[in-house]
Amino acid sequence: MTYTYFPGCTLRTKAKDLDHYLRISAEKLGMELIEPADWQCCGGAYSNAKDEIANKLSSVRIIMDADKNTGKVLTVCSACHNVLKRVNDDLKNDENFAFKVNNYMKPEVPYSGNVEVIHFLEALRDEVGFDKLASMVVKPFTGKKIAAYYGCLLLRPGKVMAMDDPENPVIMENFIKAIGGTPVIYARRNECCGGYAVMEDPAIAAKRSGAIIENAKDMGADLMVTACPLCMYNLKKTGPDTGIYYFTELLAEALGLKED
Amino acid sequence: MADKEQIIRISGVNPLKCMKCGKCTATCPNYDEMEYHPHQFVYMVEHGEIDKLMASESVYKCLTCFACVERCPRGVEPAKLIEAIRTEAVRRQGCNRLKADDIPARIDDDMPGQALMMATRKYTR
Ligand code: SF4
Ligand code: SF4
Repeated sequence: MTYTYFPGCTLRTKAKDLDHYLRISAEKLGMELIEPADWQCCGGAYSNAKDEIANKLSSVRIIMDADKNTGKVLTVCSACHNVLKRVNDDLKNDENFAFKVNNYMKPEVPYSGNVEVIHFLEALRDEVGFDKLASMVVKPFTGKKIAAYYGCLLLRPGKVMAMDDPENPVIMENFIKAIGGTPVIYARRNECCGGYAVMEDPAIAAKRSGAIIENAKDMGADLMVTACPLCMYNLKKTGPDTGIYYFTELLAEALGLKED
Repeated sequence: MADKEQIIRISGVNPLKCMKCGKCTATCPNYDEMEYHPHQFVYMVEHGEIDKLMASESVYKCLTCFACVERCPRGVEPAKLIEAIRTEAVRRQGCNRLKADDIPARIDDDMPGQALMMATRKYTR
């Protein structure tokens, strides 16, 4: 299994753990990651206004690049994943967008429409397989109650992200079971942490994130896991003992790869 | 000033599909920060009250979390309407919501670059 791996800007700086634990786990699981030499930021957020084209071009370049080699863009940051999957969907299904992009970029070979953008969780489920993952676990999280925090970007819009049922997801819970833990189901697992509004008003993020943590703890969670650096930041800001980790860190630990 | 047709065109939303059930507002995690709620955005665009919405703080309180989009029984996609109005609002000369001078005070050492990228995308032109 070979992938064009797109880590994204934040994984180079504040979210190095998310990236590092993914890389060592992927190697153990037999996934080959090819990182394009000169990738640029995905754009950070998908612009919903239909007349915003220019700020989607860096994502288009990443997708077109993958079209020439592996045909699969692997992501892990929830935000990069959301942007890349949605731009890929636009390239395939929005004629007007595809036309303008082609006019602007004039690619030598037109986009084949065959690139898949997949999240590391999807690769674990669909290509490695949670059963195989479970069989490779050497340090299981036995007895640990772990709350999956999806947030908003991983699952929505459901029709485009198509990762799981956006209202009743199971992918992260099944991941938690594969590493030997006990998943905790709680109502706010797919509600927004406040996201980028932390720049508008930090009190908004504190309220939204606080409600999520309280809900997870009320339902008995010992730990929480996320795939998103911004969720991580907003949730951690609410207090010292949030017990939130990147899911890749727990994966590496379960596989016996975490240096103490 | 943006008119109704322009908002409808750049959002791709048809407000006439709304059956005014209020589910978007009921499910919105940030509704308590808003003067106009998601269902009111839909209603007010339908009635051409664009200027009122563009001048309201509510337009900056949406988290673009898409809960309303996912849960609307009629596929109206209120968040896209709100973003179209916000986009038009910040495109006006001198109306960036996030000013370069304000940024240093709003970031700290732990904040991921993603926050600034997203905020730039959503609050500036
Ligand atoms: S949920 Fe949909 S149909 Fe109901 S009020 Fe909101 S936009 Fe209208
Ligand atoms: S996208 Fe905006 S309006 Fe819709 S539920 Fe989320 S915060 Fe509320």
